[in-house]
Amino acid sequence: MLTIVDYNAGNLRSVQRACGAVGLSSLFTQDPEVVRRADRLVFPGVGNAESAMQTLNETGLGEALRDAHRRGTPILGICVGAQLILDSSEESRLPCLGLIAGKTRRFSVSQHSTPPTDSLKVPHIGWNEVRRARAHFLLEELEPGDEFYFVHSYYPDPTDPEDVYAVTDYGKPFCCALGRDNLFATQFHPEKSGRLGLQLLARFSRWSGSC
Amino acid sequence: MLSKRVIACLDVRDGKLAKSIKFVDTKDIGDPVEKAEQYYHQGLDELVFYDITASSSGRGIMLDVVEAVASKIFIPFSVGGGIRSVNDATALRLAGAEKINVNSAAVANPRLITEISRALGAQSTVLSMDILQVEPTDTTPSGYEIVIHGGRTRTGLDALAWARRGEELGAGELVINSIDADGTRAGYEVALTRLIAEAVSIPVIASGGAGKPEHLHEVLTAGKADAALVASMVHYGDYTVQDLKSHLASRGVKVRQRY
Repeated sequence: MLTIVDYNAGNLRSVQRACGAVGLSSLFTQDPEVVRRADRLVFPGVGNAESAMQTLNETGLGEALRDAHRRGTPILGICVGAQLILDSSEESRLPCLGLIAGKTRRFSVSQHSTPPTDSLKVPHIGWNEVRRARAHFLLEELEPGDEFYFVHSYYPDPTDPEDVYAVTDYGKPFCCALGRDNLFATQFHPEKSGRLGLQLLARFSRWSGSC
Repeated sequence: MLSKRVIACLDVRDGKLAKSIKFVDTKDIGDPVEKAEQYYHQGLDELVFYDITASSSGRGIMLDVVEAVASKIFIPFSVGGGIRSVNDATALRLAGAEKINVNSAAVANPRLITEISRALGAQSTVLSMDILQVEPTDTTPSGYEIVIHGGRTRTGLDALAWARRGEELGAGELVINSIDADGTRAGYEVALTRLIAEAVSIPVIASGGAGKPEHLHEVLTAGKADAALVASMVHYGDYTVQDLKSHLASRGVKVRQRY
C-alpha cells in the first residue's frame, strides 16, 4: 500500500491512477500520524514551492515526513516534491525540508545555455532524456534514450554529487533524479511518462529503501 | 535536449469522436477513449480533446470522457472547447486533464487566462488561437487575424499581438491553428507559426493542415514549432504515430522513440 501525501499540491489522482495501472493500491492522507506510520510514501507536488512549504509547516505534514524519513520509510518525491526535500529553494523564502543537502534553483535562460539558443524556454515542458549518473534500484531498467515528461521552471541541485542519480540536458545538464538512503526523488513525472514511468513506480513498490 | 512533440487532436461531440473539415460538416468516426489508448500505445507524446458539443446538456459527458481517458493513458493531455470559467477548468483538471485550452472565451474575457493560470499554474494554461490570413491593416499589421466560434466570427484582433498578450496574461503554451490550412492536409501555415514562435518565449504548438510526415518536419524545423498537432492523418489510418516519428527521426529531428 502506497500512502500519497495530500497537501493540496497538484493532481494527486493522476499519481493514484498510474499506481493503479501497475496494480498498486494507494491512499491519500492529510494526517501527519498516517504519514508517520506509512509503509511507503509518495510525496508529489505541482505549483509554488513557498506555498507548498507553508502548507507542510502548518499542517504538520512536513514534520511527519521528516519523522518517516528518519525511521527509514521508503519515500518517492515527484516534481516539487523532489525540490522541497533540499535545504532551500529560490522559489521559497521559507526553508525547505532539508532531507538532502542542496538548493533548488531556477532555470536561467542566459546562464543555462552556452551559447544562448532560441530554443531554450522556461518552463522546461516536454519529453527529455534521463541519463543515469549512478546505479540505483529504481533506475535499473533505464536504457540510453529513455525519455520522461517534465514540466518545471526550477530544478534540484544537491550539494553532494553522490546524491545525484540521473541527469537531463537542458542548456546544460541538471539533476533530474536524486536520493539518499530511503529517499528517492524525480524532477520528472513518472505518472505522466508512459510505460517507462509506470515501470519506475512499480519498482518503487518493490524497493527495500536502501541505495 | 527536449524532444519535439507529436500531439493528436480529437474533436469530441456528445462524447463521440468527430473530425471537422474546414470547420463545417463534422461526422462521427469513433470512440475517443479507444482512439486515445491506441495512440498512447503507438508512442504518442500528448493528446488534446476538443469538445465541440453544442448543447450545454452534452457538456457533462466530457467530464466522463476525461475521467475514462485519464485511467487508461499515462501521458499529458489537455481539454479545450467551451471553457468559460475557472470552475470549468478546475473540474476538468480534477477529472484528470493536465492542461486546459482556452480559445473564444479568452478573447471575450482575457482575464480568464490569468485566472486559470493563477488557479492551475501557467504550465496547465494553454491559449489556443484560430487564425485567418488577412490583408495587413492598421489593426492587424501582421496580416493575421484572430477568429472565434470555430472560425465563423472575425474579431479584428491581430494574431501576433494576441499571442504576446496571451503570454503576458499567463498562458504557458500557445496553439497556433490556421483556419486557412485546417482540414486541407496541404501542410501547416509555416510562416505564421514561425512568426509567432519567434515572438514569444513559451512553447508553440502548430495546428491545422497536416497531411504528410514531411509537413511535420517542415513546421518543427523551418516553422520553429515545439510540437505538431495532427488529426485526420492519424484518425483515418493513413499514418500511425510511429510512422510520423520515424520520419522525423530519420531527418534528424529529436523525438521520443522508446515508449
